[in-house]
Amino acid sequence: MTAPVSLQTNKVGLVKNDYRGLPSTLCSGCGHNSIANQIITACFELDIVPEKVMKFSGIGCSSKSPAYFLNRSFGFNGLHGRMSSLATGALFADKSLLAIGISGDGDTASIGMGGFKHMIRRNAPIVYIVENNGVYGLTKGQFSATAEVGLNLKHQGTNHYMPVDICMEALASNATFVARSFAGDAKQVKELLKAAFSHRGVAVLDIISPCVTFNNQDNAIHSYSWGKDHEAPLHEISFVPALDEIELVGEFPEGAVREVAMHDGSTVILKKLEKDYDPTHRANAFKMLEEAQLNDWLVTGLFYIDEKKPVLIDNYNLVDKPLNRLDAIDLRPAPNTIEAINAMMF
Amino acid sequence: MVEKIINNFSITIATVNGSGSQTANVTLLRALFKMGIPVSGKNIFPSNIQGLTTWYTIRLSKDGFIARRDEQEVIVTLNPASFAQDLASVLPGGAFFYADDIKQPITRKDISVYPMPVKALARSADVSPSLQDYIANMVYVGVLANILGIDLKEIEQALDFHFKGKAQAVESNLKTIRAGSEWADQNLKKSDPFFVQSMQATKGFILADGNTAAALGAIYGGIQFEAWYPITPASSLAESLNIFLPQLRKTSDGKQTYAVLQAEDELAAIGMAIGAGWGGLRSMTSTSGPGISLMAEYTGLAYFAEVPVVIWDVQRIGPSTGMPTRTAQGDLSEVYSLSHGDKQHVILLPGTIKECFEFGWKAFDLAEHLQTPVFVLSDLDLGMNQWMSRPFEYPDTPLDRAKVLWEADLEKLNGIWGRYKDADGDGIPFRTVPGNKHPASAWFGRGAGHDENARYTEDAGTWEKNMLRLKKKYETARTLVPKPLIKTVKGAHIGIIVYGSSTPAVEEARGLLQKEEGILTNFMRLRSLPFSREVQNFTKKNDHIYIVEANRDGQLRQIMSAAIPEQAPKLRSACHSDGLPLTAKWVKESILAQEKKE
Repeated sequence: MTAPVSLQTNKVGLVKNDYRGLPSTLCSGCGHNSIANQIITACFELDIVPEKVMKFSGIGCSSKSPAYFLNRSFGFNGLHGRMSSLATGALFADKSLLAIGISGDGDTASIGMGGFKHMIRRNAPIVYIVENNGVYGLTKGQFSATAEVGLNLKHQGTNHYMPVDICMEALASNATFVARSFAGDAKQVKELLKAAFSHRGVAVLDIISPCVTFNNQDNAIHSYSWGKDHEAPLHEISFVPALDEIELVGEFPEGAVREVAMHDGSTVILKKLEKDYDPTHRANAFKMLEEAQLNDWLVTGLFYIDEKKPVLIDNYNLVDKPLNRLDAIDLRPAPNTIEAINAMMF
Repeated sequence: MVEKIINNFSITIATVNGSGSQTANVTLLRALFKMGIPVSGKNIFPSNIQGLTTWYTIRLSKDGFIARRDEQEVIVTLNPASFAQDLASVLPGGAFFYADDIKQPITRKDISVYPMPVKALARSADVSPSLQDYIANMVYVGVLANILGIDLKEIEQALDFHFKGKAQAVESNLKTIRAGSEWADQNLKKSDPFFVQSMQATKGFILADGNTAAALGAIYGGIQFEAWYPITPASSLAESLNIFLPQLRKTSDGKQTYAVLQAEDELAAIGMAIGAGWGGLRSMTSTSGPGISLMAEYTGLAYFAEVPVVIWDVQRIGPSTGMPTRTAQGDLSEVYSLSHGDKQHVILLPGTIKECFEFGWKAFDLAEHLQTPVFVLSDLDLGMNQWMSRPFEYPDTPLDRAKVLWEADLEKLNGIWGRYKDADGDGIPFRTVPGNKHPASAWFGRGAGHDENARYTEDAGTWEKNMLRLKKKYETARTLVPKPLIKTVKGAHIGIIVYGSSTPAVEEARGLLQKEEGILTNFMRLRSLPFSREVQNFTKKNDHIYIVEANRDGQLRQIMSAAIPEQAPKLRSACHSDGLPLTAKWVKESILAQEKKE
């Protein structure tokens, strides 16, 4: 007999319940809830210690969701569009911590676009998830910057403006990990999350997450039914942690599998579906995104990865001990220095 | 023969911005300081990289007054654009030096006029043609040295300091200075009454600017994180951190205990600083008025979520872009209640260079002790000009990290604590910071309504209770912030309140009021907000009070009137703001005019 799932412990001795958050106050059926559940599962399966995680968010429905997972992690729900700077500063406090940021399409692609791109440019080590539904939910159904041209919304009329493609913006800003998924594709979301957690640097995950209340029309891009009908995964993705042996020999025909080695020894395995796609070339990603846009495809998967770029903190040659645990003696120069300093004035 | 005027006049040098005159001007200032003469230097410069006029005024004051003066006894001009204005500005009986390639009419007969062959001497200097424009400024240093009697040895020391001992640079500049001095000796006949003479009045002083002092103070305060965005006149504060942190705060194996990050804008700079403050770092940002405006929303979050952060505002004149290179004390009202909703902030008001250093470290102790943003209001005059100052003093109290709970602390409490609980009755809760491994350590920070355990709530009573606790915390702050400095005079019935860079003008004006008008005044220099009890006592003890400040609206008077309403009828404004530091003469006249109205 197998034990009930909730009592299974992982390698750090925790049960899945230790990764849960408060009950969600989002709408029932909201894609964001499904993403929160996958974060819980991914962290449990990756044996992440919750106290070693910091959660960040901005303002909006998406930004509420860090309260719904990892109760034992520190969290900071900042300002609308300003999570990127908040997280950037906090990353210096203890460089051994993992950071996860949850944002929305309004939070990232409208009010927070500048900060988003600069955080990426610096390769801040954070898993940055955009729960993308094309609509402002908390203010009751206005267009967001990712809404498609021609979308009709009650009280808003028709959207005339080109949508912002979050992945394209991330790529243009030199992101080192860019992926897209669909909240309805739980397995892919989980595998991408695991890969993102193992990535060293900024990992941008644009997850199409339908708003069941304001934007779930069958013909709209950010809806469950459209997503289910139009999702075109680039590959089947699976994540293999560092210590698990990979036995691929003979399992797939030659050329059908692409392995990406992560810095921590883990591996991302991409199984070819319709065509071979190499996510280590940025130009491929641009081309693919352009094609997807022209053809109205919801292409999902890992678009781009670069494990070699230095991350933000690397540029600072910080002491090994977390900065927030330094003692007064490390922080205040010795008394005998003051004379020399005064002598340096005139 | 006119009586000699020794060590008691002003020299103004008009040059073209970007021509490298700053080196020459600061060299003069430093040489005079080294001669033991009390000096102050005010750089009145344009918001421009190259081409517009810069005026640099050095005031020599044997009596030690360092406020700006309007009167200009000696003017040097190298700038054709300002020539006519400069010539007209010289006081009768004054001296006018000019570059002889400026062919404009000399319309004054009541002053001494000295042409200088600036271009010719610069051309004969032994430097590359690209450096000739820079070295040309040294010609007037030499001519002034000869005519006024400035010691070349002291000039050499000043150059040696400026060029950090690089012998070649010192020598080539000095050569031109000597050439200027020798030319003056052979070709000019002194006809003005102004002389400098060595004295002993600068012993025990240093010359420094407030932004450097602030950065050094922050370093001794254990700064760990600074995020900033370039803005005049605050940039040199962050740049000074970049200069001094590697010298003072690297470990023996060369590792950093700090990080300085240039952000993409002030929205991000404050966001990063607050993120780091929440993370448990001594965190800071430095900016000026336009940046403060952008930081408003985040400041409100830090106030409400109770995150320590230090914000330096090196004020320039506003509103809007204003005059970016001119000074004012115009941000007090804005900063006092920055961001929407109910709140007041803690503000420190340094009035000297030494105090820029002191508040540089103290601000971190207060911010962490109170878990709130602490603002330090400096200004362009204090921040960017060179001031005589008593030397910096090593902090006399240990770093105050205050109520932070680590693993062992939580263990003792059995993990029972409340992030926003007023456990000690001082309105200040306990906090934990990320990385704490205790399972009960984590809490969720937010700008939304929260209860004592940092849980989201929209409960009316919980909201109000928390806001009242924050008010109580501000009352605690009132007992912790630096107290005002008060000087009372026997027989004085009126008082003057001043803060920041306007202080020297008031100190000098009090002497003038007494000597010329027989008016005795009590004096208070405010050093912080909220007002401590001493402030109220001072207002009570005086019949009426003049509040002197460099802004249009009398912002401190407005704040004081609201904070101490029963004393409000006694409070009068002596406020003025045109981008220049206040003068003693203006302060005296402003007070006198109001006294005479009675």
